[in-house]
Amino acid sequence: MTPTPIPQQTGWTLLFLAWLVATLSTLGALFIGEVMGHAPCILCWYQRICMFPLVLVLAAGLFPFDRRVVRYALPLAAVGLLIALFHWGVTAGLIPERVTPCSVGVPCSVDVIKLFGFVTLPLLSVLSFSTIVGLLVLTHFNKGAQ
Amino acid sequence: MKKSTLFISAAVILLAAFVAGMLIFKSKQGEEAQQAATESRSALVRMHSPMHGPADAKVEIVEFLDPACGTCRDFYPRVKQMAEDHPGQVRVALRYAPFHANSDQVVAMLYAAGKQGKHVEALEALLAAQNDWVANHVANPERAWTHLEGLGLDMEQLRSDMNSPAVVALVRQDLDDATTMKVTATPEYFVNGKPLPTWGWEQLVTLVNEELAGAYH
Repeated sequence: MTPTPIPQQTGWTLLFLAWLVATLSTLGALFIGEVMGHAPCILCWYQRICMFPLVLVLAAGLFPFDRRVVRYALPLAAVGLLIALFHWGVTAGLIPERVTPCSVGVPCSVDVIKLFGFVTLPLLSVLSFSTIVGLLVLTHFNKGAQ
Repeated sequence: MKKSTLFISAAVILLAAFVAGMLIFKSKQGEEAQQAATESRSALVRMHSPMHGPADAKVEIVEFLDPACGTCRDFYPRVKQMAEDHPGQVRVALRYAPFHANSDQVVAMLYAAGKQGKHVEALEALLAAQNDWVANHVANPERAWTHLEGLGLDMEQLRSDMNSPAVVALVRQDLDDATTMKVTATPEYFVNGKPLPTWGWEQLVTLVNEELAGAYH
């Protein structure tokens, strides 16, 4: 039996990748909101509430590496994923707009950005949150020999 | 690579990309606004716009405002003061960009009051009482109406004028021109057709002083 330090290294890398995705998403959201000036709709705000803290929480779990950060970060990421899925459903026309809480100001069903005809912001949000959830779950089970 | 080095360099690279993107976007936006302003000067001033200052003043500030907007209320007297501080040299033309809900009806009231020669009086009365008729960024035209009663206006006439096609067309024209001039927030200013480089009171003062120096030297 030769215990190697690699599992912890892998855990750290997985967590770091999750942090990278959260930071990229946060800066992207801030860019679209603050620089390009598109006011976020209500559903976007709820997703922001789940995404922004991940940048700080995950960073705190990296130094020193603390696998238990998954317990604190996963609920945020999971709730964010649910809201993102709902929002994506609204923009894709699967869920009618009127059952959404978007009565004030900015409608949630408008596509601010559309790349290649189908990549919208809610879809990017779904991808970010599910990547983070996946990486966090992997980090949790990546116990190995330590 | 050390973990902390990796983390810090990733953070720095992302932040730098954000700032660079912001600068590029802003300068592109500034160029577009500048271009839109030069291409569509005719959309800037219309015959119907109320003015402060004489028509032959060489420095003209065009102000797009929303009577329901708090910042517009705060800036309005300061901009008017500019025209008074430079008598004969600066004039202010008022345009409307009623972005708040129901605010277009209030602008219609103002144009209707203008038919009775009291446009500016009506505007100033409404700005002074703004807290009473704007709640949560929604204008309440009925409450605004009550603040026009002390101005000696023929209210019956006002009521019918504000729904007349001519007045509705004026409001429409202001909104269309605001779109043409890429006005997305109020108040927005153009000085001799030039948009502010970035939004702010200091920037407006600087631009006005530059134009004054160019026109009267």
